[in-house]
Amino acid sequence: MRRFSRVERLLHWVNALGFFFLLATGLILYLPSLSMLVSRRQTVQSIHFWGGVGWLGALAAVIVLGGRRLLTTARELESFDDDDLSWLRRRRAPQGRFNAGQKINAALTAAFTVLFGVSGLLLWFGEQDTRYRFASTVILHDGLMYVSLLLLAGHLYLALIHPATRHSLRGMTLGDVRTEWAAQHHAKWKPQ
Amino acid sequence: MEMDSPPLAGEQDPHPRRYGRGVFLATVAGGLSSLFWGKAAWDHVTGFVSPVASAVAPILPTGGWRIYTISGHMPVFDPATWRLKIGGLVEEPTSLTYEQLRALPRVEQVSDFHCVTGWSVKNVHWAGVRMHDVLAQARPQSSGHALEFISMEQPYIDYLTLPQASLRDVMLAYEMDGKPLKQEHGAPVRLVIPEMYGYKNVKWLEQINVVQKTTAGYWENLGYDRDAWVGRSNGYGT
Repeated sequence: MRRFSRVERLLHWVNALGFFFLLATGLILYLPSLSMLVSRRQTVQSIHFWGGVGWLGALAAVIVLGGRRLLTTARELESFDDDDLSWLRRRRAPQGRFNAGQKINAALTAAFTVLFGVSGLLLWFGEQDTRYRFASTVILHDGLMYVSLLLLAGHLYLALIHPATRHSLRGMTLGDVRTEWAAQHHAKWKPQ
Repeated sequence: MEMDSPPLAGEQDPHPRRYGRGVFLATVAGGLSSLFWGKAAWDHVTGFVSPVASAVAPILPTGGWRIYTISGHMPVFDPATWRLKIGGLVEEPTSLTYEQLRALPRVEQVSDFHCVTGWSVKNVHWAGVRMHDVLAQARPQSSGHALEFISMEQPYIDYLTLPQASLRDVMLAYEMDGKPLKQEHGAPVRLVIPEMYGYKNVKWLEQINVVQKTTAGYWENLGYDRDAWVGRSNGYGT
């Protein structure tokens, strides 16, 4: 049965692609060993910055494209019921299309996107104008990277490795999942 | 296109609790406010709680450093051909080999390194020579009031006034943390002036000229302050 719409999957993969591109170019700026291999800091910095602008622009475009359909998804993601709260206390509780952990991950991912964008713009313009320069911008940008990597590690483990959950990858690639898997993991989810 | 509408949740809660929105807004608010307390908090954790600092430092893959270059190729140090040339307003232009530089009176110091972009490395152990020992043989003329530092990485250049260059802990460092200075840190020798931001600490030095007065260096031409005092320049502490 169908779990993710085309525009939901598009949003996910645009975000994932942008994240990995910015991670790669960002690490070249951040890790001395990679900086030494590549050098040309100015060029890499420009690529990283414009990649980030492109990423935010692409996300905005998908959100506009998705319109009310994505708004419905956002409503679904932000709403927590009693079963969600029980689930977070590690009790067995039937879950909807998204479980409570996925809802929190979505909220954090969205917040991090905003914060990555703001701190990245401040770093870029702060190099040119002291009004945009804060001593803590680089700490925020780096800290987000570390926390995002932790979230990503958990996300990849659940999506690719953990036997009970990795079937969900099919939902995010092809769009559909097995009915019996859905009944077991998302008992309250009843598509029309 | 009906295939493209999102599958419904199947739960109709009359009073939804929008905690997800709360998590999102709280995270954004916390992150933005950290622009005003993040560095102080980080310095507090790494500076005063020494067990935490010593536990965190080895985990960070960078050792706290970030490598800045302005050109496509990092200068390569060749002991056979490298010379530190001292010229400009001097009685006797000189040039030191790496061996001759190492033979000058050696000093060591532990000082903090601050980048203007906000990151810092605490307690860097430098070894090298003081400026007056380097300049002694060339004998600067009395008309010289500043020093010009030229890097092998062209066109990187920067300046210090003589009083700035004579500060107690200014040095030309050829060792960092007990090892010969690495290429990415400016081998074979870099300027160290802990009171000023990193861009004044010229790497890959190959020439020092005594000049009448300072002019704008590489980053100063791009809008950074000529007197780059840590915490008192470039928009900080003003």
